Amino acid sequence: MCTYETEVLPAQGSAKGAGGWFPVASVNVYFDHPSHAPFEHSLNVDFLNPALGASARVAVELDRESARELALAIERQLEATGGFERHAAEFGARPRTAPGPS
Amino acid sequence: MEVRTGMKGDIRAETVQFPGHGGDEIQAYVAQPLDPGRYGSVVVIHHMPGYDEWSKEVTRRFAAHGYLAACPNLYWREAPGADPDDAAAAVRAKGGVPDPRLVGDVGGAGTYLRGRESANGRLGVIGYCSGGRQSFLAACSLELDAAVVCYGAFIVGTPPADSPLHVSPLLDRVGQLSCPVLGLFGAEDQYPSPDQTAELERALSAAGKQFEFHTYPGAGHAFFATERPSYRQEAATQGWEEIWDFFGEHLGS
Repeated sequence: MCTYETEVLPAQGSAKGAGGWFPVASVNVYFDHPSHAPFEHSLNVDFLNPALGASARVAVELDRESARELALAIERQLEATGGFERHAAEFGARPRTAPGPS
Repeated sequence: MEVRTGMKGDIRAETVQFPGHGGDEIQAYVAQPLDPGRYGSVVVIHHMPGYDEWSKEVTRRFAAHGYLAACPNLYWREAPGADPDDAAAAVRAKGGVPDPRLVGDVGGAGTYLRGRESANGRLGVIGYCSGGRQSFLAACSLELDAAVVCYGAFIVGTPPADSPLHVSPLLDRVGQLSCPVLGLFGAEDQYPSPDQTAELERALSAAGKQFEFHTYPGAGHAFFATERPSYRQEAATQGWEEIWDFFGEHLGS
């Protein structure tokens, strides 16, 4: 909104933008006017690395329902793999980092 | 409605640089009529999405209607050369453009335009969205001949305490207003709300300032923005007519 209300989350990971992959340093989440999506407002997520400049940005603009489904899907995936992560921590195994069959 | 006869309406539009706040060189998009004559100047203060295609279209539109127009890239310092949406996201994350810098950049644009050979010496500003508040701020800070405020929030009212937006209300500066103001608002807008624009009207009346407000039913925020779902054709068309009349009266030669 015009209030600029934003959640800024420090983050570690990578994102692929117009210039290729870059390390993600923060994720900004806000509900505001989109730049491209055909809605008056959207839930916007920016994956950023400000140290690399304003163009180090992967932007996503979703309608409210899609954003909620995404948040729930992330939670489900983390919950489903939580057992494996606890197992890995206990026995020293490394979790998979590449996509594969579930 | 202002009608200029005998003009071909040809324009030249280009990207330039000139000194803004603190003497920093900033980028701007400038459009000017090519028909011989002397013209009023308009600084176009872009909306929160930044120095984008739509803001450049608006700048060209002023030139086609017989004004020297400049749109300074207010996000140039944070994101030189970046895409407008990336630049806007970077500045948004920092809480917007600081007020003193805005005044300096608009002042720099005005100095650049008034220095053109075809300038008639009169200077106005127009701003949209965040630029609406900034247009009012410029009119309270610089010697201007006219200012248009298009749905500017936080001239009245304060952002929530947890907002990163670094602005304060401008009501206490109404007495410093240097020029007539045209305000164009949407009845469905909440930033600013109709109650807030009514409060601003009362403050301007109490200060004896010249102003004219129009609030369009069925329109919300950003009703001029043709590339967005918020666009409202009827409100935008009427709004443009008000703008041509207002600038024609105060910036014409």
